[in-house]
Amino acid sequence: MPLNFNAKPSLVAYVTCGDPDLATTRDIVLAATDAGAQVVELGVPFSDPVADGPVIQRASERALRNGTTLVQVLELAREVRKQRPKAGLIVFSYLNPVLRLGLSRFCAAAADAGVDGALITDLTVEEAGDYLRAMRARGLATVFLAAPTSTDQRLKRIADVSRGFVYAVSRTGVTGTREEVAADARELVRRLRKFTRLPIAVGFGISTPAQFAEVGEFADAAVVGSAIVQAIEQAGCERAPQAVAELITSLRGARQRKKHSAISTQHSAKRSSC
Amino acid sequence: MAALEELECEYAKAKRDPRFQTELDDLLRNYAGRPTPLSFARRLTEKLGGARIYLKREDLLHTGAHKINNCLGQALLTRRMGKRRVIAETGAGQHGVAAATVCALFGFDCVVYMGTEDMRRQELNVFRMRLLGAEVRGVDSGSRTLKDAINEAMRDWVTNVRTTHYLLGSVLGAHPYPTMVRDFQSVIGREARLQILKAEGRLPDVIVACVGGGSNAIGIFYEFLPDKNVRLIGVEAGGRGWSLGDHAARVAAGITGAAPGVLQGTYTYVLQDDAGQIASTHSVSAGLDYPAIGPEHAQLRDSGRAEYVSASDAEALEACTLLARTEGIIPALESAHAVAETIKRAPRMKKTDIMLVNVSGRGDKDIGILREQLAL
Repeated sequence: MPLNFNAKPSLVAYVTCGDPDLATTRDIVLAATDAGAQVVELGVPFSDPVADGPVIQRASERALRNGTTLVQVLELAREVRKQRPKAGLIVFSYLNPVLRLGLSRFCAAAADAGVDGALITDLTVEEAGDYLRAMRARGLATVFLAAPTSTDQRLKRIADVSRGFVYAVSRTGVTGTREEVAADARELVRRLRKFTRLPIAVGFGISTPAQFAEVGEFADAAVVGSAIVQAIEQAGCERAPQAVAELITSLRGARQRKKHSAISTQHSAKRSSC
Repeated sequence: MAALEELECEYAKAKRDPRFQTELDDLLRNYAGRPTPLSFARRLTEKLGGARIYLKREDLLHTGAHKINNCLGQALLTRRMGKRRVIAETGAGQHGVAAATVCALFGFDCVVYMGTEDMRRQELNVFRMRLLGAEVRGVDSGSRTLKDAINEAMRDWVTNVRTTHYLLGSVLGAHPYPTMVRDFQSVIGREARLQILKAEGRLPDVIVACVGGGSNAIGIFYEFLPDKNVRLIGVEAGGRGWSLGDHAARVAAGITGAAPGVLQGTYTYVLQDDAGQIASTHSVSAGLDYPAIGPEHAQLRDSGRAEYVSASDAEALEACTLLARTEGIIPALESAHAVAETIKRAPRMKKTDIMLVNVSGRGDKDIGILREQLAL
């Protein structure tokens, strides 16, 4: 099971697939893994990303202009899996593209590609019955979001149906970087802990080494999304994999920097321009 | 989810509270102007030479459309929940104006999200909302229309959920909205049923209403659902052609491009491409310009209880002119789609047949577009 959170804290990296293009995304994912991301969330771009802030909205628009589809994201996962057997890979999607492909076809294709699980942003546990059955049948992990406003009753339900890890949303709102990690996050993890022994990853708004370290005090992992997507936006195709590797290395602290920088540079050198 | 559960719970309590219904009835009567008349359209009936046509006059309501029915109900709920900030989305601006109006009436802060394309098309309503003290925030993403305004309102809501009520304007979104909004709009059909029985001594043969999300249509249909002999016809926006992106018809006969899917928390028919990306839409009327249909309409279509057709931009414009000149009523371009279906259908019906058309709003807000589109 490649979903392991043995680093304390572990780092979960989110990328919007197809931004700037799929070949670059593949190199970014490889670089992120080599720089120490235990899990990579492969974001499927969607036309109406209601849970996302401006950074990921822009990335989704760019990826959709390139014609990126869920099927292509699964193909990308297959390539990554071949090259990095131990990387944790989660498909991160809104529900509609998954429904359009068909739940059972999606699960079969995801399992076949070597994906470990999925997180469907706008699928609530209350409506997840068919999805859970289809995912379980293929041995895929089902990750759900828990919000600070969730009641204990609901947190329990989320914990019960989650597999792999639970994604604790650090504050009410959409994705995007923030100055500080809200006090909400610490409290939410404490409440969630009563209901699950699964690793708990905290996300939404984490972009600095200090925030990463802070989350590490009370959670198993931190999810970094918008900060990575923004680094890709700013770096451009050529430099994107290296920029992401550097960001991850710096988030994880100076100790690891030397070990990984050499590897990530290799990727960016190998790939052609987009 | 917590906010949806809170709303569902509060609404369930309010429904059992006679004081809530009394206060809502009072507002509907003494503030909004209910009941609205049912007008016999004598000259339109003669002109078309078929069924006797009656118009349900939601255009005469305060703020100019049926949207106020729902806004007053949700404003009362907002107060019950102890919230002081309200957000809303708007397409044509009718719901935005109604939301801004009830917020002024109740003393709530109000933010209305509106696509920048719609702000351009419905300039007058933007100014009305500002005059009423609401903040109008332009949404520049996607197609810059209703769908994108809802996305932005949802982003605001998840961020400020503890203090804010999302006053959703149609029978869309997650539960309890489609049911709750339908309940608040069903006053249209309850009145119309009594009125037509009084005028004609029997129920109508056909009821016609336009369908964007579908709140005015479900509002007039709902009371008649058990009356199996009353045909219910929903009219979607046929836009400028049949290609995906040129219309906003989801379930009308002959339409392709819509499939069951989930958009903004609703499982229903959604216009989308093969990869599940939501399609862009077009309609001359901003209020119908939306890629999904309210889930209850999807169910009525699948069960065969209601039928759905479409009217093109050109047909709606023509219908607007005809109603203006035969009855002295300028309908909203949304409602003009229902009139367009009436023009097609009434001549094929018997002179003893009765047709009921929901004029869901008035056309004042569309004068700018009508001036652009019609060479008078």
